[in-house]
Amino acid sequence: MIQADLTIILPEILLSLYAMAALLFGVYTGKDKVAPLLTWTTAGAFVLVAAWIGLNGEGTNVAFGGMFHDDAFARFAKVTILLSAAAVLLMSQDYMERRGLLRFEYPILVSLSVVGMMVMVSAGDLMALYMGLELQSLALYVIASLRRDSLKSTEAGLKYFILGALSSGLLLYGASLVYGYAGTTLFSGIIAAAGEGQMSLGLLFGLVFVMSGLAFKVSAVPFHMWTPDVYEGSPTPVTAFFATAPKMAAMALFARVLHDAFGGATADWQQILALLSVLSMFLGAIAAIGQRNIKRLMAFSSIAHMGYALMGLAAGTVFGVQAMLVYMAIYVTMNVGTFAFILSMEKDGQPVTDIAALNMYAKREPGRALAMLILLFSLAGVPPLVGFFGKFYVLRAAYDAGLAWLAIAGVIASVIGAFYYLRIVYFMYFGDEGEELDGGKSPVLWAFLMASAAAMLFGVVNLFGIEGAAAAAAATLVN
Amino acid sequence: MATIILFAPLIGALIAGFGWRIIGETAAMWVTTGLLFLAAILSWIVFLTFDGVTTQIEILRWVESGSLSTDWAIRLDRLTAIMLIVITTVSALVHLYSFGYMDHDPQWKDTESYKPRFFAYLSFFTFAMLMLVTADNLLQMFFGWEGVGVASYLLIGFYYRKPSANAAAIKAFVVNRVGDFGFLLGIFALFYLTDSIRFDDIFTMGPQLAETQLTFLWTEWNAANLIAFLLFIGAMGKSAQLFLHTWLPDAMEGPTPVSALIHAATMVTAGVFLVCRMSPIMEYAPEAMMFVTFVGATTAFFAATVGLVQNDIKRVIAYSTCSQLGYMFVAAGVGVYSVAMFHLFTHAFFKAMLFLGAGSVIHAMHHEQDMRNYGALRKKIPYTFWAMMIGTLAITGVGIPMTYIGFAGFFSKDAVVESAYAATAGGYAYWMLVIAALFTSFYSWRLMFLTFYGEARGDKHTHDHAHESPKVMLIPLGVLALGAVFSGVVWYNSFFGHTDTVGKFFGVPYAEAGAHGADAGHGEAKAGDHAAPKDDSHGAAKAEGAHHYVFTGAPGEGAIHQAPGNTVLNDAHEVPKWVKFSPFVVMIIGFLTAFWFYIVNPELPRKLAEVQRPLYLFLLNKWYFDEIYDAIFVRPARVIGAFFWKRGDGDVIDGSINGMAMGVIPMLTRFAGRAQSGYIFTYAFAMVVGIVVLITWMTLTGGAE
Repeated sequence: MIQADLTIILPEILLSLYAMAALLFGVYTGKDKVAPLLTWTTAGAFVLVAAWIGLNGEGTNVAFGGMFHDDAFARFAKVTILLSAAAVLLMSQDYMERRGLLRFEYPILVSLSVVGMMVMVSAGDLMALYMGLELQSLALYVIASLRRDSLKSTEAGLKYFILGALSSGLLLYGASLVYGYAGTTLFSGIIAAAGEGQMSLGLLFGLVFVMSGLAFKVSAVPFHMWTPDVYEGSPTPVTAFFATAPKMAAMALFARVLHDAFGGATADWQQILALLSVLSMFLGAIAAIGQRNIKRLMAFSSIAHMGYALMGLAAGTVFGVQAMLVYMAIYVTMNVGTFAFILSMEKDGQPVTDIAALNMYAKREPGRALAMLILLFSLAGVPPLVGFFGKFYVLRAAYDAGLAWLAIAGVIASVIGAFYYLRIVYFMYFGDEGEELDGGKSPVLWAFLMASAAAMLFGVVNLFGIEGAAAAAAATLVN
Repeated sequence: MATIILFAPLIGALIAGFGWRIIGETAAMWVTTGLLFLAAILSWIVFLTFDGVTTQIEILRWVESGSLSTDWAIRLDRLTAIMLIVITTVSALVHLYSFGYMDHDPQWKDTESYKPRFFAYLSFFTFAMLMLVTADNLLQMFFGWEGVGVASYLLIGFYYRKPSANAAAIKAFVVNRVGDFGFLLGIFALFYLTDSIRFDDIFTMGPQLAETQLTFLWTEWNAANLIAFLLFIGAMGKSAQLFLHTWLPDAMEGPTPVSALIHAATMVTAGVFLVCRMSPIMEYAPEAMMFVTFVGATTAFFAATVGLVQNDIKRVIAYSTCSQLGYMFVAAGVGVYSVAMFHLFTHAFFKAMLFLGAGSVIHAMHHEQDMRNYGALRKKIPYTFWAMMIGTLAITGVGIPMTYIGFAGFFSKDAVVESAYAATAGGYAYWMLVIAALFTSFYSWRLMFLTFYGEARGDKHTHDHAHESPKVMLIPLGVLALGAVFSGVVWYNSFFGHTDTVGKFFGVPYAEAGAHGADAGHGEAKAGDHAAPKDDSHGAAKAEGAHHYVFTGAPGEGAIHQAPGNTVLNDAHEVPKWVKFSPFVVMIIGFLTAFWFYIVNPELPRKLAEVQRPLYLFLLNKWYFDEIYDAIFVRPARVIGAFFWKRGDGDVIDGSINGMAMGVIPMLTRFAGRAQSGYIFTYAFAMVVGIVVLITWMTLTGGAE
């Protein structure tokens, strides 16, 4: 029995073993000297595991008596997480090395947090959920303050940690309430308890607290306040990581809890999600307008995008989950490209984050400017780019589920949000002559930027087939 | 062959329009012209070898939507064949003429290239016009209809630096929209009732439509009458009939070759063509046909009166065109479609020639268009003078009544007048046309006398430098002169002979009247060409007893349809002698009056104008149509437009959007920025408040039970 369980959880085990082996290797050999090597091997390991999971996995496998699910939904999320984490690692290496930030712990911490995320998306039990979540979060707290000598970086790490602890407390309190009223921590047990007639008030309270804890992880309003400060304070590669893999993991976990554990109470959580969604979309769009720092701007941008993903989830249907998965996959791809661009923004070797520095960028770097333009248009949801289809999916899901008002609010928010994306385009193409950016010649960043932009452009043909995979994933989750 | 005729101009237009930078200016001009001459030659071959049997040449499937199924096909019958030669011949000659006329146009600097554009537009127009006449269904026809509208717009506004040209182009377009709206409604009504827009299907439904009632605008209408009326509204717009005529004189802002091609010979006759094409419907709509006759007759009279006093040489001819179109509509309205086509056919030649002649005069006089500044040009530009003379003789209808001697206009106009008399028993339409003929003669000769005789007036320098136009402009005049002289006498019997010759020409079955019932005659006279051997056996008896034939075709058989009981064609030959002489007499009177006014006693017109000043101003200002329309339609529309623009768009929409974008959103942004204090307790507080709100809300609404 235990062997079968271990087989199912083998990818996570191997990745943990790899992280530990890498730690030992780093400690006993050249320490930070081997960091570049470790970064590359870690990225390679991620890609291999992603390929293994993506190509090999089939069917729904349950391990440890229902605590761990390996199904199409988990696999979709895991592949997205692993690939985006690998991309971010590769993009970080050059940037961090040149600034003396590349410690050998960085790739190890990233891989540990990735293991946590994999557990999260596979969780079938509140305890598995919490273990995955904390493994992920603890690693993230550390890398947020990776630049130990920087006030901002340490502040970011501390803020993230304290607020994260608060949210964990909320989550745990909710979990204990759920356990108290359902008598089990297993999702399959909770759904049975919640499904019998009217859900008890205690269970409802538990649901609200659990959702609040998860909303913190996806940085949905009003649990979003940490996001801009942490995004700004962390080293940019870490910000890039925050904006991609953990968001996907948290969103997938959100979907799993709601559908696996509270699938019978759709009407209850639908209202909360709709509220979180509409608040996130509007606050993200409105607050981003005031930002001059591109990292803070991307923080609010990600808040707004989470609002859209939550809209898909709020639909409470199979199509809604599918829309959310498609949206998240597109969002992650766009963010990889955008952060590849942001990482290449520098002047005299120092990173630059002021968007005014992009004035007339198109004159000096027409290729990059064009790629960034495509990405920004896609982020804003301008047809016919892929970003538009992501929005289209979630709007349709919401509309089909009878949440027309939410879809309309989403459209209005996207109009407001288009402003700050287009302002960057304006700076790049029509701005005044100002201080010039130099450097940023890393071929890795260039390749990711171009690949991401190309994906936004050519993905319109069939979205690279993720629709089908997302549909299959959603079908296994919702029943 | 028909396909080549249809697409040659399009290919020319594309090459000249988009490729002239590659192949060069001159080459582009030659390509379009060459392709048009090719089309013209093929058209004549088609026309002369055509056997009268309607054929359809499918090109492609076009629209498939519900029960609407539309092929893109060429419908080749006698009507199409006539229009093909008219369009391609005039168009080819106008292309050639434009080589001379458009050379060194003072509207452009030497370095600017405008000629390929002009030729491309001309060829595009020709294509659209051919589309219109070869259409096999209403949608295809409407495509061509709008295509010529666009081409007309582009060409009227060709001198886009002149504000008046732009205004004229817009006016032409907008006025035509009014007509097109009627046309579209007609198409919709036909589709609604017959579930098809193919001519074949529609035509066979003609008699049924006459017995159908249709509710439109809260009123019950006879379907055939309503449809015929709506279609005629479209025809009125395109053919510049009264009330929708105002754009045609203004369209003279375009270059003169354009006026000759579009606003004399082809596009403006599209309305006449439409009525003739829809004859299987029109025949069953007697009230609508009375309206057509009335509008046609009134337009002929109205335009002729205005033409009397105009001073711009092109405007005189424009009103003349308007008037002649009225003649055509009268012929169609009384049910002799062949005569309408006859006048269309001859008119195309002599009116195109008059326009091109006028263009030649204008060219000679350095773009001076006011006839009061002409005079004594006969010796300066002799070829142009003779061309204009032939054109004038043709339009005034010079010929010897009761014989086969005369210019083209003589035959066709007399045919119209006689038909009008026969159909209305000497009523309103007949008298209007006769009076119009009198005025036509007067203003045509007035034009000739003012331009070519008398003393040289106006700028002396211009007169000294007046010169004959180059060969490329004179050759088209010569060719058209042939048409103006001979097109009437050659095809007289085909268009306005007796029933059998006309039936044979148009491919309409016919049979001897009386002897057989309709069904007996049907078999032997299934198609006109099969009847030909039979006629030979009749031999000499044919000429004598020809009018004993009647048309027996079912609706849709042959190019035109005449319902049983429509005997106007036969009756027109039986009118009293004085009716046959009447156009001749008024033509002579008009000539003599003009001669007296402008040669014998040149002071007389001014005195007359002073004595009859109100009448003179009334005519000079075109019956004040423009002013009335301006007051009734244009000004209110501008006021409404200004209201919606300033108040609606400017204040309400821009105001709210701007207020939102520049007031509310930035305020919210500042607020959001302030909330992001950076203090951790603020953040934690926000989270706690959030959860309190959620819990409260859920307790009150969700699982409160």
